[in-house]
Amino acid sequence: MPAISFQSVSKTFQTARGPFQALDGVRFDIEQGEFFGLLGPNGAGKTTLISILAGLAKATSGSVSVMGVNVNTQAAEARKKLGVVPQELVFDPFFNVREALRFQSGYFGVKNNDAWIDELLDSLGLSDKANHNMRQLSGGMKRRMLVAQALVHKPPVIVLDEPTAGVDVELRQTLWQFIAKLNKLGHTVLLTTHYLEEAEALCQRIAMLKNGKVVALDRTDELLKAASSNVLRFKLDAALPPALAAKARVTGRIVQLPAHDAIEIERHLAELREAGLHAEDVEIRKADLEDVFLDVMQANTEQETV
Amino acid sequence: MTGWRALLYKEVLRFWKVGFQTVAAPVLTAVLYLLIFGHVLEEHVTVYNGVGYTAFLIPGLVMMSVLQNAFANSSSSMVQSKIMGNLVFLLLTPLSHWSWFFAYTLSAVVRGLAVGTGVLLATALFVWQSSVLNFSLLPHEPLWALVFAFAGAAMLGALGLIAGLWAEKFDQMAAFQNFIIMPMTFLSGVFYSIHSLPDFWQGVSHLNPFFYMIDGFRYGFFGQSDVSPWLSLGVVGVSLLSISAVAVYLLRIGFKIRG
Repeated sequence: MPAISFQSVSKTFQTARGPFQALDGVRFDIEQGEFFGLLGPNGAGKTTLISILAGLAKATSGSVSVMGVNVNTQAAEARKKLGVVPQELVFDPFFNVREALRFQSGYFGVKNNDAWIDELLDSLGLSDKANHNMRQLSGGMKRRMLVAQALVHKPPVIVLDEPTAGVDVELRQTLWQFIAKLNKLGHTVLLTTHYLEEAEALCQRIAMLKNGKVVALDRTDELLKAASSNVLRFKLDAALPPALAAKARVTGRIVQLPAHDAIEIERHLAELREAGLHAEDVEIRKADLEDVFLDVMQANTEQETV
Repeated sequence: MTGWRALLYKEVLRFWKVGFQTVAAPVLTAVLYLLIFGHVLEEHVTVYNGVGYTAFLIPGLVMMSVLQNAFANSSSSMVQSKIMGNLVFLLLTPLSHWSWFFAYTLSAVVRGLAVGTGVLLATALFVWQSSVLNFSLLPHEPLWALVFAFAGAAMLGALGLIAGLWAEKFDQMAAFQNFIIMPMTFLSGVFYSIHSLPDFWQGVSHLNPFFYMIDGFRYGFFGQSDVSPWLSLGVVGVSLLSISAVAVYLLRIGFKIRG
């Protein structure tokens, strides 16, 4: 039995400009105990898919189950098995940290939960804030509080929608250590993130979503293998020759060009020399998930325009 | 029904934490009404035989405060949670639509009755000072008074829940309150006996369910009223059930809260 099963999930929104299809036949399973990444550009449908999983929205067609329980027909049972960290930084300004966690436990029917609440606060570095009002917490603390609220009922499946947005590096480490520990203890984790290096480091398998469709789904190491294996990276003060510009990823002065082998690297450098350009800080590195991601998104754009 | 008591407790604690604004302020408002209208009208308005105007006014003001605050509690809680986005913490739980309904409605009843009791106690001081004619703080028929206070608060709590689900912005909520709740409470006979109205307006008043809540509650205090308390109980009962049915239905389909 998979931890999460998406079966041909489609969702169409009625907008002022006519119907908009946010999800189009999304179908994949996440096995129990997996650390799974869901990636895609803004507007790809990641949050819509998670909303349907969490019961915040209904699929137009298709179905979703959590640990074998249908999220639509057995909603209460399914929600007990899920811990969802929402993307928006929301909080209830009337209560302090401990009150909010006690209430959240109560909604799930969990009584006398203080021992687990203390453990959560400790693991997330919030122990000294237990009696602070939610308003007094910084953005990063509120974000960790969302994680604590999602875990009060010890759900077997944890869903994190952009959990590290706006969280500084040190706190991000604390958060990932904690989530990785939960994953080792057997919790299934579904993660969406914009930080691709996090997905590469943490996720065993990755699905990429674009315009509501799954455009890639594989083990993280297989995705990395399939990408052009090397990247030529250098700094340049002038514009690239058009032939290179079409292939390059440019971030300010930094230019990155995919290259399969030494011959291709030589060819790139020769083109620069012929154009009379001087590249600085030249290096060759292995392709990472960001390169894979851009390749996949690019490939799908080309297919669509054909 | 798992968890509904946690939600009820949270909703009660929510208004209690800001009790100065949610309980003390409406009590003060009611006392001001009593001071001003009681002072100006005591000598000029006759209502029931043997009942002074101020004495007549007190149960009306108590009930008006119960109704307005019950409505304010569920409506403001729901619309705030929607706008702040923290409603998601409830949407992610296994709480059933019945749990939502009972927790929001009963917490509105608690707030309504807390304010109503506060108004009654505050006016007691005032009544004792100026020896208002024939008014006893202990209702003549306490059970009738309690039944109407509870049913009225529950009905306005459920109505507040509907308004909170429907409204997407604070100004929509204000419109609901100013154009529906306020006119219906003010035109329900809080400040006058409808027998003093022209025939046409008496007829209109009989179509207002708020009139029966106030009139029935007043019966509890004086043992006399404009219409029979059984008729009032019937109208209030049917109104409460209908509004509750709508509220439960909207919660079940996730009206404006689930996409």
